Amino acid sequence: MALLDIQDLSVSFETRFGKQMAVDGYGLSLERGEIHGLVGESGAGKSTVGAAILGLLPGGGQIEGGSIRLDGRELVDLSQRDWHRLRGAKISMIFQDPQTSLNPLLTIEEQLVETILTHTKLSEAKAKTRALSLLEEVGIRDAAARIADYPHQFSGGMRQRVVIALALCSEPDLIIADEPTTALDVAVQKQVLALIRRLATKRGVGVLLITHDMGVIAEITDTVSVLRDGRLVEAGETNRVLGAPSAPYSRSLIASVPRVEKKVARFPQLSDAGPRRGARSDLAQRGAEWLLSRPGAGSKREGDILDLQGLSVSFRSGGGLFRQSRVVRAVKDVGLRLAVGETLGLVGESGSGKSTIAKALVGVHKAQAGALRYFGRPLALTEKRPARDPSRREIQMIFQDPYSSLNNRWKVGAIVSEPLRFHGLCKNRREAAAITTSMLALVGMDPDAVGKYPHQFSGGQRQRIAIARALAARPALMICDEPTSALDVSVQAQILNLLKDIQDRFGLAILFISHDLPVVRQMSDRVAVMQNGVLVEEGAADAFYKSPRHDYSRMLLAQTPSLDKLADPQILAAQTVA
Amino acid sequence: MAIEDSADQGAAKRETLSLWRRIGRRSELAYLFLRSPPAMIGALLTVLSLGATLFAPWVAPTDPFDLAAYDLLDSLLPPAWAAGGEARFLLGTDDQGRDMLSAILYGARISVLIGGASIAFAAILGVTLGLAAAYLGGWFDHVVMRIADVQLALPAILTALLIDGVARGVLPSESHDRLMIPVLILAIGLSLWVDFARLARASALVERDKDYVQAAEIMGLPAWRIMLSHILPNIAGPILVVLTIDLAVAILLEATLSFLGVGVPADQASLGTLIRIGTAYIFSGEWWIALFPSLALVLMVIAVNLLGDFLRDALNPKLR
Amino acid sequence: MISLLAGRLAQSIFVMLAVAALAFALFRFVGDPVAQMVGQETAIEDQERLREQLGLNDPAPVQFLRFLGDMATADFGYSYRTRQPIGEMILSRLPATLELAFVSLIISLLIGVPAGIYTAIHPRRAASSAILLTTLAGISAPTFVIGIGLITLFGVQLGWLPTFGRGETVTLGWWKSNLFTLDGWRSLILPALTLGVYQLTLTLRLVRSEMLEVMRTDYLKFAVARGLDWRAIHYRHAFKNTLAPVVTIVGLQFGGVIAFAVVTESVFQWPGMGLLFLDSIRYVDIPVMSVYLVLIGFLFVLVNLVVDILYLVIDPRIRARAEG
Repeated sequence: MALLDIQDLSVSFETRFGKQMAVDGYGLSLERGEIHGLVGESGAGKSTVGAAILGLLPGGGQIEGGSIRLDGRELVDLSQRDWHRLRGAKISMIFQDPQTSLNPLLTIEEQLVETILTHTKLSEAKAKTRALSLLEEVGIRDAAARIADYPHQFSGGMRQRVVIALALCSEPDLIIADEPTTALDVAVQKQVLALIRRLATKRGVGVLLITHDMGVIAEITDTVSVLRDGRLVEAGETNRVLGAPSAPYSRSLIASVPRVEKKVARFPQLSDAGPRRGARSDLAQRGAEWLLSRPGAGSKREGDILDLQGLSVSFRSGGGLFRQSRVVRAVKDVGLRLAVGETLGLVGESGSGKSTIAKALVGVHKAQAGALRYFGRPLALTEKRPARDPSRREIQMIFQDPYSSLNNRWKVGAIVSEPLRFHGLCKNRREAAAITTSMLALVGMDPDAVGKYPHQFSGGQRQRIAIARALAARPALMICDEPTSALDVSVQAQILNLLKDIQDRFGLAILFISHDLPVVRQMSDRVAVMQNGVLVEEGAADAFYKSPRHDYSRMLLAQTPSLDKLADPQILAAQTVA
Repeated sequence: MAIEDSADQGAAKRETLSLWRRIGRRSELAYLFLRSPPAMIGALLTVLSLGATLFAPWVAPTDPFDLAAYDLLDSLLPPAWAAGGEARFLLGTDDQGRDMLSAILYGARISVLIGGASIAFAAILGVTLGLAAAYLGGWFDHVVMRIADVQLALPAILTALLIDGVARGVLPSESHDRLMIPVLILAIGLSLWVDFARLARASALVERDKDYVQAAEIMGLPAWRIMLSHILPNIAGPILVVLTIDLAVAILLEATLSFLGVGVPADQASLGTLIRIGTAYIFSGEWWIALFPSLALVLMVIAVNLLGDFLRDALNPKLR
Repeated sequence: MISLLAGRLAQSIFVMLAVAALAFALFRFVGDPVAQMVGQETAIEDQERLREQLGLNDPAPVQFLRFLGDMATADFGYSYRTRQPIGEMILSRLPATLELAFVSLIISLLIGVPAGIYTAIHPRRAASSAILLTTLAGISAPTFVIGIGLITLFGVQLGWLPTFGRGETVTLGWWKSNLFTLDGWRSLILPALTLGVYQLTLTLRLVRSEMLEVMRTDYLKFAVARGLDWRAIHYRHAFKNTLAPVVTIVGLQFGGVIAFAVVTESVFQWPGMGLLFLDSIRYVDIPVMSVYLVLIGFLFVLVNLVVDILYLVIDPRIRARAEG
C-alpha cells in the first residue's frame, strides 16, 4: 500500500469572481523513501495540494471532492481536531523562506524540545539529547554550542537545516516541502537538496516536493507530476517525464528551461501562451519605424557605447548618534566596456554588487570613484547627473520585480507615455497616444491595455509593459537587472525572446544582469563575473561556459543544477511541429 | 496566467449578475464593502448624520440660536412620549426652553464642522511635512521627526487644552468668542498632525525604494514631481484610513473640550456644550438634556469608526 | 547595550529639553509675569525692581537656563491665582491622580489583554463579535459621556456609589491614599472605570490586531503544521511575539491616561492634578500650566525608557543589535 494516495482531489476557493477551482481532479501515489516532485507555474495549484494534505487550506478554501489517504486512512473527512493530531506526528512540512519560518523569540533548542515533547513521551532531558542529535543529523556544525542560539544567529542555509530538523522531530512518515530551496543561493541549494535526499532514503520518509524549478526536480525527485491550472497534465518517472514528455504543455515547459550547456537562438514557442501576432502587426510595424527613425539610430554611431573604468561604490550602513556607521564597499574598482548592439552578461550571487553597478550607471547611486564614457563623452558618475542629460533618455532600465516597477495608481497608457511627454518626443497628445499603442503592440500587448491598471495584468504582461515604457524613450542601451527572475519559466522564455527580437531589430546594447547562469548564456555575447564587489573574470560567452578561468566561476558553474536529464528543446520543437 | 483566465470567464458571466454584484466585480473595495454589514451601517449612519447636520436649518423644527424662537415658559419639558411632554418638542426642552432636537441638530453641525476642518488641517500639514521629510531627508527630516517626538510626549487633549489656554491668555477678551472656533480647529489640528506626518513619511520611504520611483528618478523627474504624482497616489490608502479614524478622534476632542468649558462659546453650543449643560440636571431628574446629545454624539462617532475599521481592514494587503 | 540605551537617553533628554523650552516660552512670553504678580496700583518703579529681582531683564537664554535649574531642583515658583508654591499644590494633588491612573491602567490591562487574546484566537465565535461590538462603543463614547452614564446609573438611579470626590482617605506621610479604606475604594471605582474604558478598548483592539498579524506569519503556520498544542501555539508563540508592540503602546498610553484624567477628574470632581491644570487654563494661571507641562513630559520620557528596557528583555534580536 502506498504511503500517500490521492485520488481525484478537487479544491475550490470562494473569490469575488465566484467559486474557482484551484485543484481539479488531482491524483498521486507516493511510497516511503520516495521523493515526488509537484511542478507547475504560478497559479497551477501546487501549494494548494500541499495545504489540502495538511488540512490547512487558507480562508475560503474547501475540498470539493476526492480522497487523500495516508497509510490507508482517509484524511478528507477528518475532524479539525483529528487532523491537528496528525500534523507533525505523521505529516510535517518545510516552508519556503527560512528567514520567516522560525519563531524569532525562542531559541532553536526551545523550539525543537517543544516539538519533540508534543509528539513523544520522552522526558525533557531525553528530548534535549534527541534535539541535539537531530541538529547533528541535518549537518549543523558544533551543534552542542549552537543549540542555545536564536534563529537570527544562523545563516539562511543553516536556518533551513534547522527547519528540516524541526520537521523531523516527530519522525513523520510524510514531509511536504514547499519550494524548500527557492530562497537560497545556488551553492546552498545543492547542499540542502542533498540533505533532503539523504534523509528520505535513510529514514524511509516520503517527500512531496513542491517547486516551480525544473532544475530541482531533475536533481532529486524519483517521480514527478506536472500541474497546470489545477489539472494534472502528466505524471511518471522523473527521467521519463523530463526526457520524453508526452503532453504538449510539459513539452513546452521543458523546452522553455534555459540550459547552461547550450545556447539557443530563440526559445521554441510551443504553447498557446505567446503574444498574439498578426492582427496588430501594422501597429507594431509603425512602432518599429518610429524607433528606427530616431536620430543616430542604426549604425551611425560606432565603437563603445559604454566605457567604465575604476568604479567604486560604498554605502554607509547602520550608525546613529552614538555609533560609528560602517562603510560597506559594494563595488571595488570595476571596469566594463560595452559595444553598440552587444549584450554583456553580468553574473554573480546575491550581494556581489552587480545591481549596484547598474544603479551607478543610471545615476541613482553616487559612486566614490570611477570614470564613465558614454559614446566617448564623459558622463557624471561621482556627482549628481544633470536632470536633463540626454543619457537619461538613451539609457533605460528594466527591473526585476514587475509588481514594483509600475506605478499601480497610473493607467498603463500614462505609464508608457510618461517618457514621451517628459523627454518631449511627441508633438501632441494624439501622437503620444499613437506611439504608446504602437509600443505596446511591439511588445505583444493589445491597444486596449492603455485604459487598464497594472494590477489587471499578470507578471509577464507587466514586464512587457515595462519594456514598452523603456522603448518609448527611444533608448540606445538597456540595462536589464534580473528581468525574468520573478517570472514563470514559460513567461521567462517569452520575455527573453522579446528582448532578443528588440535587440536584433533596433541594434540596442544590453547590459544583462542575472544570478542565473543558464539564462545569461542564452542572452550574452560576453560575460563578466562579480564576486564580493570585485570583477573576477570577463570574456567571450562561449569560451566562458566551456572553460571558465577563475575558480569562483568554475564553482558557480558546478553548483548550477544539471539539466542533462531534460529533453533537448530543439528535438521537442521538431516533435511538436511534426 | 490562471488568474487571468478566470477573470475572463468571470467577465463572460457578468451579464447575468445583479447590479450590486456587478459593482462588486468592478472594484475590490466595493466588493468587500457590499459583504460587510458593519461598513454599510456605518456609511448609512454617516450619510444620515452628515445630511441632518448640513441641512439642519431646513430639518430642525426651530432655530436654537434665535432668541425670539423660544420661551422660558417651555423650559425643562420632558420628551414628547413621557408624562408632561409636548408634541412640539419631540426630545423635550432644555433649561432655556429650547427644543432639544433642534439644539442637537445645530450642535452636531458645529461638531462636524470643527472636526472636519481640524482633521483637514492636520492631514494637509502632516502629509506635506511627512512627504518632505521623507524626500529631503537630512536635517529637515531630523527637525520634523524630533518635533513629532515632542508632540507625542504631549497627548492630543493636553496639546489642545494648552493651545486653548494660550489663546485665552493672548487674545483680547472681546474678540475671544469670535475667534474661539478657529482656535479650536488649530488646536485640534495641531494635536493630530503627527499621525499623518509619521505615516506619510514611513509609507513614502517604503515607496521610495520601489522600482517605479527609481524609474522616475532615472528619467530625471524632479523630486517634488515624483512625490506628488508618483508617491502620493500610492500612499493615499493608509492616509485615508488614518483620516477616517482621526476624524472620530477630532470630533471626540472637540466634544471633550466643549464639555470642559474651554471649547466653543455657549451661544454656539456644540454637542459637548449641550452635554455639559445637561449634567447639571441629572441629579434633579431631567435626564433627557444630557442623554440625547450624548446619544447623537456616540452614534455619529460610531458611524465614522465603523467606516474607519472597514477601510483599515479592506486596504490592508496583509489581510488578503 | 549601553550605546543603545545611551542613544535613547539622548533622545529622551532632547524631548525633555524641548518640552521645557515650550513651557518656558509659555511662562515667559504669554502675558506679563510681573503684571500678573502685582496689583494694578503698584508703582512702575516697584514693578521694574521686581522685574530686575526676578531676572526678567536678563537675556532669554540665561533665563531659560535658570528655568531649567529651577525645574531640575523642583523649585516651581508660585501660582498667579492662589499665590501658593506650585510644588506644594502639585504634591498634594499628585497621589489622587496617580492612584486613579494606576487603578484604571490595571483594569484596562486585566480585562483588555485576555479579551484581546480571546477575540484573536476565536475570531468567529459570537462572544468575539459581541466583545468587538462593545469595544466599538468604547472607542466611540467620549470619556465624559461614560462618566456621566456611570454616575446616572450607579450614583443617581441605584444610589450605590458616591459620584464625586475622593471619599475617605488614609494619610501616609504626605501621600493621601484611597486604597486602604472601603469608602476610598467606593469613591475610586467609578472614576477608575471611566478612565479605564477607553484604554481598555484600545488595549483590546491592539492585542487582537497584533496577534492576528502574528498568526499570519510563517513561523506560526509552521508551528501549526508541526502539530504543537494549540495552547503553546497561542501563548508561547503568538502572544509572546505580540508582546513587544503591546508594551510600546501601553507605555505610550500611560501619557494618555494621565491626560484623560483631566476629563475624568472634572466629571467626578476628583481633586487631582488634572483638575488643577484645568483650573489653571480657565484662569490663565501660566506658571501652573508650564510646570504641569514639564511634569507630563518627564513622565512620558520615563515611561518610554522603561519600555525600551522591556524591549531588550523581550526580543533577543534587539538584544543582539544592542550588544553588537
